Parts: sequence; structure tokens; C-alpha cells
Amino acid sequence: MSNDPKRWVAGHVAALPKSGIRDFFELVAKMKGQDVISLGVGEPDFVTPWNIREAAIFALERGKTYYTSNLGMIELRRAISTYVTEHFGVDYRPEDQVIVTVGVSEALDLALRAFCNPGDKVMFHQPCYVSYHPSISLVHAQGVAVPTFAKDNFALTAEALRAAWQPGCKVLMLNLPCNPTGGTCDRVQLEAIAAFCREKDLLVLSDEIYSELTFEGTHTSIASLPGMAERTIFLHGFSKAFAMTGWRLGYACGPAALIDAMMKVHQYTMLCASIIAQEAALEALTRGWDSVLMMREQYHRRRDLVVRRFNEIGLKCHSPRGSFYAFPSVAATGRNEKDFASGLLLEQKVAVVPGSAFGDNGVGHVRACFATSYEQLIVACDRIERFVQAPQK
Amino acid sequence: MNPVLKLLLEGGSLTTAQIAQVAGLSVSEVEQHLEQLKKDKILLGWRPVLDLSREAATAATVRAVIEVKISPERGGGFNRLAERLARFDEVESCYLMSGGYDLLVFVKGASLQKVAGFVSEKLSTIEGVLSTSTHFMLRCYKDQGFLLDVGEATTTRLNVAP
Repeated sequence: MSNDPKRWVAGHVAALPKSGIRDFFELVAKMKGQDVISLGVGEPDFVTPWNIREAAIFALERGKTYYTSNLGMIELRRAISTYVTEHFGVDYRPEDQVIVTVGVSEALDLALRAFCNPGDKVMFHQPCYVSYHPSISLVHAQGVAVPTFAKDNFALTAEALRAAWQPGCKVLMLNLPCNPTGGTCDRVQLEAIAAFCREKDLLVLSDEIYSELTFEGTHTSIASLPGMAERTIFLHGFSKAFAMTGWRLGYACGPAALIDAMMKVHQYTMLCASIIAQEAALEALTRGWDSVLMMREQYHRRRDLVVRRFNEIGLKCHSPRGSFYAFPSVAATGRNEKDFASGLLLEQKVAVVPGSAFGDNGVGHVRACFATSYEQLIVACDRIERFVQAPQK
Repeated sequence: MNPVLKLLLEGGSLTTAQIAQVAGLSVSEVEQHLEQLKKDKILLGWRPVLDLSREAATAATVRAVIEVKISPERGGGFNRLAERLARFDEVESCYLMSGGYDLLVFVKGASLQKVAGFVSEKLSTIEGVLSTSTHFMLRCYKDQGFLLDVGEATTTRLNVAP
């Protein structure tokens, strides 16, 4: 009999690829203390606004240390329901159509577990957030990647969706605006996608975590389009807009029967999200909007700075309408994205993430997060310029 | 709004060259904007925000806030007296207030005696000043938006994250 502890690891977990982000994280960690400017992060540089932090402290002082209802505090669900109606134009009943989760990550996992039978096919656009494909594999479903392209500014098109579709597709995962590309879809593009979903009877999991960070035009939720609310799980959270990544708080809204199915999984695995984070989130929704607007304006200006510099340097980069990620092409440098990222890190001490960490369709690009101070961004761009102009070693 | 003013309002301390990059302007354009702000008397000057309690070599400074009651004048209201009072070098800031007194005056001096002397000999003897109430500042926790000496854990962000 083998003594290798790995014999106990489940086959589908052993088969999961290691995250490309993780590799790069280790490379950057080795350069500790070397004045590395990191554009490799996936979170705001702002600390959670003080009124939100203070609300959490107050909650602790009052002894709010218990479990909450499985679905989350009803006051918070009411606030979420109002917020979603006002900002996205979709109505959800706080009593049975909203569930509070440990980040959107948990909500996505709940949805996949609640809706996928082994072998079901789940479509997702790629490049995409690193956990999408593994989350699908973990429920023994089969991922179907739909490419998005630089020529479309990484918007998902109904044509690409149709080309990738195959019999057995049941779910479509959307992340608009998208991490890592910053790509998003306008209303017309979303209507075409919505029509396709109705035609093929797809359930949509719409992760709209970056929606508040939309710089031009208005964000449209696919759930707000005719005939879509009944086939869409709307996923959102507090991490990006309110700078609350470490609090781990998200939520899902959808038809009561579907939220109930997700609740079943949630109650047996997580029970409820942290009450302190929920109290903080309630404060964020009631009195946090000014901070969101202030942060958005800064991200907007940083985006303009970084995108302009990248294009001047020769790294072709579309201006992302949302999120805090720029996704420039490094093709003109003659390097692939991995060599570019590691060369840039070693020679000029700037960390960006190779696009291939976000799926095969991310090759030839890198993700640069501009949630960093103006001063740092300017120095980072200067260094990238030096790196691009230096003769290749 | 003047794009440079917008950045100044955020309270950062960018150099002219940095402002140029962020606002997407040339350095000379930023300089022109700054000149215009000065001409329009919007930009009055630059001052660093300092925590002098951490610098042993600097001479001690005493700061006080003084509530001043004055009698308004026909025609000019509070303005003439307020402007007169504000011209003293000891006065850092001077505001007309609603409520129980008229002027709130921030003063600084080398010692408690100096500040007390200013109040008793200069300020309170001005014709029209009815009363003063002086409060000495004991400790500063936040100055012009800057927190003093609190360990904000801003460097715990991971370098690379999904």
C-alpha cells in the first residue's frame, strides 16, 4: 500500500491546475524589501471608510457576536433590496429573494452547487476571474470557455457565445465589468446575450462586483432586461465599491425557489456570514455612498493616466469602461506575457500579472491594477517604459 | 472646474510634473493653471502639515483657540474689526461664527506667557472687543486631514492577488 498522503486527495481536486497567480505571487514574495511597485493586486488601495469600520466596532461593543439568520440580517437584506432596486432597476423581496454570503466567491460556489448536476455544462467568458473554471470543476460540471477579444474591448458578444455553445449547456457565468480585462457590455450587447440565453434556456449567474466602478455611461444589469430576472442570479458584494475586501461579504438575489436552493447549501456549510461584517455592510449601504463616489473619481483619473501612458509606451491598451484593471497587449514588445511580467519584475521591479493566469484567451496580455497612488503609478509607468525600451536580454 | 484645482482639493502633495501626468496636461499648462489660481486669489499659498511634537529641535509652540465677542459696527458689521484682528502675526486663522460668540481665533506663540500676553495686551484692548475666552490646546490628534501617530495598517495588502 502506498504511503503517499496524496492518495487521499480527491481526483477532481488533484486535477485542478495550480493558480497562475499563485506562481507569480511566490516570485514577487522572493523580492521582498526591493522597492517593488505592485500593480498585481486585486483590491482597492483605500482602507474601508472610517464610518463603516466604526459601525463594526460599535456592533462589537453592543455584543453583536451571535449567528444571524441563514439568509442574513433582515435589516441588511432590506437595505440590499432597496439598493439593488435603485441602482440596477430590479426588485427583489428581502424576505426570500436575497441571501447574504461570505463574499461573491461563496455565492458563486453556492449557485454552482445548487444548480449543477455532474456533467452539466457551464459557459463562462475568458479571460476571467481565476476561480470561475475551478469552481465549475469542483461541482463535477464541465466548463465551456467563451473567448472575448481585444478588438471588442473584451466585451462578450452573442456571436462568440453562439459559436461556443454546445448541447448540455445549462448555465452562463457573467462578470461585467470583468476582472481582469475591464471589459463590459453595453445595453445593446447585453440584449443580444439575453436573447441567446432565453433561446437556449440558460440560467445566468451575473457577478456584477465592479458595477459601481463604471466610468463612462451607466452600468446595465442583465437581470433588468425583459424576461431575465426569472433566469438570473444577481451577484454582488461590498469588496470593491466600498473597499471592504477583507470583510468577505457578498450577496445573491434571484427567484425565491433558486435562492432557497442556494440557502440549503449555505445553511449546511457556512450557516451565515459574519455578523460584524453584516453590521458594517448595513452602514456602508446607508451612509457609504459619498465614499464610493470619491473613490470612483480617483480610479477614473488613474485609469486615464495609466491607459494613456501604456499606449504612449507602445503597449496597446483599451480604456476599460469599468473595474480598476488595465489589460494591455505586450505583443509589440516581442515577448510573451510571462516573459514580459517576470522580466519587468526582475529588471524594473514592477509586478503585473500575466494574462494567461486568467485563461488561455489572456495570452499576449498582462493585467495591471491601477488601484494605487498617483505617485506610484507614475513611477511604475516610467519603469515600464524603461523596460520596454531597453534591449532584450 | 480648473483640472488642477480638482487635484489640489484632494489634498495630495503632487509635484507640478506629477499633476501634469495625472491631469493629462503639459507641465507648462499646469503652471499656467496654478498662476491663474493665484491671480484669482483662490490659491493663496502652500504650507506643510507638520507634527512638531516629534521634532525635539524645534522651539516649543503653544497654540490656543479664543472665542471673541465684539460689537458690530453700523455699515461694516463685524468685518473691519475681524480683519484688523486677523492681521496680527500671532493669529493663524480667524472665523466669524454663529452662536454664543462672534469670532473664533486660532493663535500660536512661543510660550503660554506670550500667548496670554497677546490676549490681555493686544486682543482684548482693541476697541470693540467685548470679551475673550481662551482655550489652550493640549494635544493634537488630527491636523488638516492628517492623523497624528496612529498605526494605520495600510501596508498589509498582498502584492499579488486574484
